[in-house]
Amino acid sequence: MNLAKRSLFILLALVCSLSISDIQAQHNHDHDHSGHDHSHHDGHDHSDHASHDSHASPCDADAHHDHEYDPTGTAIHHISDGNVFTILDAFHIPLPCILKHNTEGWSVFSSSKFGAGHHGDGHYSYNKYVLHHGNVHRIVESDFPTGKVEVGAFGHSTKMVDGKKKDVVTMCYNGKVYTAEPRSTLDAGLLGGGMTSFMDFSITKHVASMILVALLLFFIFRSVAKSYQKREGMAPTGLQSLMETFVVYIRDEVAIPFIGEHKYEKFLPFLLSIFFFILALNLWGQVPFLGSVNVTGTISVTMILAIIVALVVNFNGNAHYWSHIFWMPGVPVFLKPVLALVEIMGLVIKPLTLMLRLAGNITAGHIAILSFIGLIFIFGESGKFVAGGVIGAVLSTLLTLFMMAIEIVVAFIQAYVFTLLTASYLGVATEEHHH
Amino acid sequence: MMTLISFSPLQPTPGLAFWSVLIFCIFWFMMYKAAFKPITEALKKRDQGIQDSLDAAKAAREEMSNLKAENEQILEQARTERTAMLAEAKEMKAKMINEAKEKAQDEAKRILASATQEIENKKQAAMIEVKNEVGNMALDIAEKVIRKELKGDAAQVSFVDKLVQDIKLN
Repeated sequence: MNLAKRSLFILLALVCSLSISDIQAQHNHDHDHSGHDHSHHDGHDHSDHASHDSHASPCDADAHHDHEYDPTGTAIHHISDGNVFTILDAFHIPLPCILKHNTEGWSVFSSSKFGAGHHGDGHYSYNKYVLHHGNVHRIVESDFPTGKVEVGAFGHSTKMVDGKKKDVVTMCYNGKVYTAEPRSTLDAGLLGGGMTSFMDFSITKHVASMILVALLLFFIFRSVAKSYQKREGMAPTGLQSLMETFVVYIRDEVAIPFIGEHKYEKFLPFLLSIFFFILALNLWGQVPFLGSVNVTGTISVTMILAIIVALVVNFNGNAHYWSHIFWMPGVPVFLKPVLALVEIMGLVIKPLTLMLRLAGNITAGHIAILSFIGLIFIFGESGKFVAGGVIGAVLSTLLTLFMMAIEIVVAFIQAYVFTLLTASYLGVATEEHHH
Repeated sequence: MMTLISFSPLQPTPGLAFWSVLIFCIFWFMMYKAAFKPITEALKKRDQGIQDSLDAAKAAREEMSNLKAENEQILEQARTERTAMLAEAKEMKAKMINEAKEKAQDEAKRILASATQEIENKKQAAMIEVKNEVGNMALDIAEKVIRKELKGDAAQVSFVDKLVQDIKLN
């Protein structure tokens, strides 16, 4: 009892101190960028992105920055993908950049060329590419030199694009302000992204995480599969025993009840792949101080998983399934076209909900944890009020521990729910006619 | 504005989508070949093995109980047989004793009868002997009487009486 109390206390103290050091380091460099977006919506004509005269330019050496802590920016920076793998805001593991420009074609190089500093901002540009908030951006202006060039601080500015105000990343070089645009996204501007001059096919933080986790799972399960061969007819032990619990659970509680005793075997490896891929990535994102890697909270990843599920489901759909979609039996004829419309919408909505549910839940969990950690700085008024910071640290540690415990449960639940719904869609698609 | 622009988790990007497809499909294929197919097959095989063992154990148990019932039956039969045999032996014993008794009684009766016969014979013989003796005696007496008669009547009479009396006593 005494020992347990003591070790809990030590653990709490450790988590407190580490949280503070992590976010404090983060925060110290946060003010470099956060100060601008408040003063820019003042009716100035920003159609020319070079008109930065009215406010602090990133090129001013003595530019005044307020010290306000930006919890939103910090949280979003942590859950976003990146071209460097940053651990504890101190270790930047470089990753390969694979970039395709509309006109200039492919360039492949290591992100170590950017010389990533705090907050994921690079000190150098390479072939007009720069690193801002851990992500590759490209300088828009054509007069910017190619090759490796030392660049100055980054900032934000607002410019008018198609009659809408839009935040842009600015950067200074040689006393002149340049604009940096982010990589292309497929949301057609609906979510603040859109097509730009280049696409980023890099091995990013999320891609590297997926490869690592997939390899880890592969080696774990290959060894488990080997122990089944080696220890045939014997009771399972160790890792084999642990993994068997999940495999048997997915088989007996998900596959068999939803797909049926006779057909489940065909789909069980797919369900298990989905389940363990999502579960392992969810848990990977919960490893403390690894930078809150938010792979399964990213739409790009969940979209692909949902599309693969939809393809597997619909390719395995039998005549009974398609007849229920296009010409529902057992209802009056005038209702059939209406139901067909609803069912066809369902074909799209089902994977859409899979995609949004997983991404939403995991991202929300990450944001909650990061927000609780952010309480330290809100309480401490960005380091001006140390006592407040200490109180905040104690409170936020308790809240964060609580949240992390919940997030581990959520990691399992979301992987389970995704697999369960996949199994239920597969069950509907392969159900035999029995009226 | 800045929040929306930077909320990149919600923006689908071609790069991440491309890598997701590639990694997941390779992962799926590799896991199918190297792990999940062999594991699920081994599990199925083991489940089947367990079911078979259970069935075999059940069959063995049934056989055992059958055997036990059979044993019980044999034992019961033996017990009945034993009782019957015992009863039979008892009966036989009684019969034998009775027979022996009867035989002994018959023998005893026969012996008694023969003894009585013998006694009768002996008695008869003795009687004859006595009669002969008495006759002889009477002759003797008569002889003596006749001889005495010559001496006196009274004395003769008392003498005869005395002799007769003696004979009766014999």
